[in-house]
Amino acid sequence: MPLLKSLAARKDDLSKPANQLKFLSNGIFREEELPLFKDKIAESGNYPLKPKKLEILQLNLGYMCNQVCSHCHVDAGPDRKEIMTKETMQQCLEVIKTTGAHTLDLTGGAPEMNPNFRWFVEEASKAGIKDFIVRSNLTIILANKKYHDLPEFFRKHKVHVVSSLPFYKKEKTDKQRGSGVFDKSIKALQMLNAVGYAQEDSDLKLDLVYNPAGAFLPTNQQALEQDFKTALKEDFNIDFDNLFAITNLPISRFLEFLIASENYEDYMYALVEAYNPAAVENVMCTNTISISWDGWLYDCDFNQMLELKVDSKVQHISDYNEDLLNNREIRISQHCYGCTAGAGSSCQGSVA
Amino acid sequence: MSKTYYNPDDLRKFSKITEWNEDLGNKFFDYYGKVFEEGALSAREKSLIALAVSHVVQCPYCIDAYTKDGLQRGIEKEEMMEAVHVGAAIKGGATLVHGVQMMNKYEKLSM
Ligand code: SF4
Ligand code: SF4
Repeated sequence: MPLLKSLAARKDDLSKPANQLKFLSNGIFREEELPLFKDKIAESGNYPLKPKKLEILQLNLGYMCNQVCSHCHVDAGPDRKEIMTKETMQQCLEVIKTTGAHTLDLTGGAPEMNPNFRWFVEEASKAGIKDFIVRSNLTIILANKKYHDLPEFFRKHKVHVVSSLPFYKKEKTDKQRGSGVFDKSIKALQMLNAVGYAQEDSDLKLDLVYNPAGAFLPTNQQALEQDFKTALKEDFNIDFDNLFAITNLPISRFLEFLIASENYEDYMYALVEAYNPAAVENVMCTNTISISWDGWLYDCDFNQMLELKVDSKVQHISDYNEDLLNNREIRISQHCYGCTAGAGSSCQGSVA
Repeated sequence: MSKTYYNPDDLRKFSKITEWNEDLGNKFFDYYGKVFEEGALSAREKSLIALAVSHVVQCPYCIDAYTKDGLQRGIEKEEMMEAVHVGAAIKGGATLVHGVQMMNKYEKLSM
């Protein structure tokens, strides 16, 4: 069931990243029932994991969100107050102007809830980034009058909208993300279609993100995309471009769910069993830098939530240096199995 | 923990069956893998058939495995339950149709 508060607000032990990491290294991993991720990737010569050319800058504009989804790896919610300041945004803009990355990816929480969100999008879109993504949870568009014109704002700045919709049926979506979320998401998708998103001859891109509503792995991305397309078109006349199937990583609130429902061990076995060496080559930390609300640099959004800062002399946006960062080793732990299971999983969906 | 004949963790060890007879074990898994590939029937349809049969043969491991497989494929719980009823109907029917044999035998033995 959807929770009402974040782990942080509940002062749960798991709200501390160090406790999550400790949990992930003990039990089946300490007893060597399952191999450590590090040893697993060493088998195919991928340890230490090194970055390739930087392609994606991902900015987390804050952990505040209008939803409290039960699987949230950010532990986001209305009770989280961490938010990127205008000053940090300025520093990010300087980097965006000089980076070799072609994609800018804004995430949260609900990035739209940051009071400087619109200003930042306007400024950043002037920097001529090729692909400008905003990750929207959809319901934010209907949460308050002041957000109703977001589809129009996105259109104006040619933002590539990537939206989470765990399933094309109400029951599973509401169970994971909260009651009423499905209906609002459908309405928001229709609003995006109405301003031209995912319409023929339109360059306004709208992608959906699917993630399993429970302790199981996603099936084939193409098959899911087909099911989503047929169902959303038939039931609600909704169009979208691509579906990204994402594996839930065993951290934060999803880890809490796994432990409470006694699915943790089975889930880790399933991830390790589905380990795909071909996916390691393209895990998203190899072409991404993730920047937190307070300007620290991470290999990915998951490492950000586990407070594993980049292993480099450069650790903050204020002294960003792409060349130096390219020489770092990527920090890994057992949660990384989530990125290498099956067809692999990244913010852009399958990678293998 | 109370001991039962079935241990859910044993499902994970299924592939170890090959350790005591590699040749036959591998042949089985090759065959098994092939059966579940897309064919004249879709992999989705096969998953539902497998779920129904799991109930008919009353294999708890297979029930767990194909419930999970169905969830992964986005199969709805209503579809899963209907599949189980198909299995139950065939099993019930198969039991009942033997009643004809019972009736025949009864008649034959009776004066
Ligand atoms: S909408 Fe996204 S950020 Fe917000 S709680 Fe749900 S998963 Fe987390
Ligand atoms: S969790 Fe992050 S660091 Fe680990 S493999 Fe995935 S992207 Fe890379």
